[in-house]
Amino acid sequence: MSNTEIKTVTGTGIPLMFDDIDTDRIIPARFLRCVTFDGLGEHAFEDDRQQDPGHPFNQSQYQTASILVAGRNFGCGSSREHAPQSLMRWGIRAIVAESFAEIFFGNCGSLGIAAVCAGRDDLKILADAVERDPSIRLTVDLQTLTATAGDNSVSVEMPDSVRDALVTGEWDFLAQLLSAQDQITAHSATVPYLNGFSS
Amino acid sequence: MSDHRNLFNRVWDLHTVRTLPNGQTQLFVGLHLIHEVTSPQAFEILRDRGLKVSCPKQTVATVDHIIPTAGQARPFQDNLAEQMMSAIERNCDEFGVTLLNLDDNRQGIVHVVGPEQGLTQPGMTIVCGDSHTSTHGAFGSIAIGIGTSNVAQVLATQTMFLRRPKVRRVIINGDLAPGVYAKDVILYIIQQLGVEGGVGYAYEYAGSTFDAMSMEERMTVCNMSIEGGARCGYINPDEKTVEYLRGRPFVPDGEEFDRAAAWWLSMASADDAEFDDEVVFDASVIEPTVTWGITPAQSVGVSQQLPNVRDCAPGEQKLIEEAIQFMGLAEGSPIEGTKIDVAFIGSCTNSRISDIREAAHVVNGRSVADGVKAIVVPGSQLVREQAMDEGLHEVFETAGFEWREAGCSMCLAMNPDKLQGREVCASSSNRNFKGRQGSPTGRTLLMSPAMVAAAAINGRVTDIRQFEVAGV
Repeated sequence: MSNTEIKTVTGTGIPLMFDDIDTDRIIPARFLRCVTFDGLGEHAFEDDRQQDPGHPFNQSQYQTASILVAGRNFGCGSSREHAPQSLMRWGIRAIVAESFAEIFFGNCGSLGIAAVCAGRDDLKILADAVERDPSIRLTVDLQTLTATAGDNSVSVEMPDSVRDALVTGEWDFLAQLLSAQDQITAHSATVPYLNGFSS
Repeated sequence: MSDHRNLFNRVWDLHTVRTLPNGQTQLFVGLHLIHEVTSPQAFEILRDRGLKVSCPKQTVATVDHIIPTAGQARPFQDNLAEQMMSAIERNCDEFGVTLLNLDDNRQGIVHVVGPEQGLTQPGMTIVCGDSHTSTHGAFGSIAIGIGTSNVAQVLATQTMFLRRPKVRRVIINGDLAPGVYAKDVILYIIQQLGVEGGVGYAYEYAGSTFDAMSMEERMTVCNMSIEGGARCGYINPDEKTVEYLRGRPFVPDGEEFDRAAAWWLSMASADDAEFDDEVVFDASVIEPTVTWGITPAQSVGVSQQLPNVRDCAPGEQKLIEEAIQFMGLAEGSPIEGTKIDVAFIGSCTNSRISDIREAAHVVNGRSVADGVKAIVVPGSQLVREQAMDEGLHEVFETAGFEWREAGCSMCLAMNPDKLQGREVCASSSNRNFKGRQGSPTGRTLLMSPAMVAAAAINGRVTDIRQFEVAGV
């Protein structure tokens, strides 16, 4: 089973150049009281937005953005997949950041969000371009590993395994895991604690 | 087996079902713990695809995040919480998963329950849709937090894809000074290595300081690995690990226990094991530690001051300024003496019986300061029962603390336990993020349970080393 091939993401950008943005800030815990992910988009950064009228997610010029430009250690903290779900449902399809927390990064991969890393100076080039002209089109290209804003193009990084999965559309990991069912069954017979600890 | 592998790589290799050409490993999962918040959507995925839970016996559920800790009658007053409870009950029933529900005295915070029941054992791979799954590494397991899509994958296949991380050994030797606890050790490690320092690594905690710790103290350390960016942290199993597990419900007995113990100990890192990185700290420099900011690395020893922004690295100044402003504190000012409004003893970091005993020891014979709301939330029903058998609830209640039912409570405030407005909370939990404790402008100071107890009594951050402790 395959998903959509994600080779490039193109759209307008939204700059959020802060470090250590945790998942509680992306989606406060009270919105996790739900049994589906529906409706999480409208609560992305809810508390930050309430406290800061100038927060980028409040600004009209960024409301159609699909590419988030962020700082270091984006998505740290809780494992809640509700965080990338809320960003995705708000409209984000790609995130360019200096670095990501691991669980958040993995969750992005599960959802087909292109999460790529760029250097600090390069991020500033992208963020500045978006701030100067919020209507500028950004492109994150997973084949050439570049992020482009107008005439500016910077290089980005993504682990090969994640990039290959998105580019080929093979990011339905559940189907791939299921395809090894015989090996899983055979393997479980070799795990000592499932087999009476007998050697 | 004579080899040079560390525990992490031994456990990883043992659980490798296959390695994909792209370098990812399909890893077999020994124990899958689930709770009510991150599982309902995963069960829906199974329903959508017509899949079953692959290994129900390796899957155990409990309820902790959303349950009220005062007044647990059903249906809950919070309709959304009630829906989530109904969902996990229905899902566990339909898919054949054991649920340690409110009417079962084994219920509690998932990371307290796993070890308490002996579900958590050395050499296992353990996952849960919760970042503090790293707690279980205290037993010498690979224990990692996962997202909901991963939860569905593990439910359906008992496996998941992962990239093998590097392993960093964090060595601390020496005795901890009186008043310095495991919580202070992990806050110090995070302060030194940063909240991002562990990204891409598993942490092995080694050295005489960790050797001397009880299993509960080791759990506190491993619990907060994720706050330092490391998805998992572990301590090699030793005789203390074996003795902790002996006799627990999910642990084998008789000859099988002897075989288990021998196998567990054999999984420990080789004496000459190789690591990708190593850092060394000295236990004697660690003070009782308190966070002053909005990340767990923004902490100081209780005798120290907040940083001056201009003295910090240029790249850090913006974040530090933001944190100081949010906290309403002054740069360069001492953390000791900071007034508090709320004291919270609980969470998967510090809600075990030893934590409650330490706090009770401080509280005994004293009273909570006027205007301070103080609550104790045991990590599990069994911890609660044990504490009550020892009369500790009376120590707290006499002092003016509220004594609650088991749950996650005010650590993340998905339940009625929340800060109000800009309240400042002395908290034994693990995260001081903006808004973490339920009020968007609420402020959290992380510290050990004994320090929280002292802060509750004095109404302000207090150096536990200067606090005269009455005998219980």
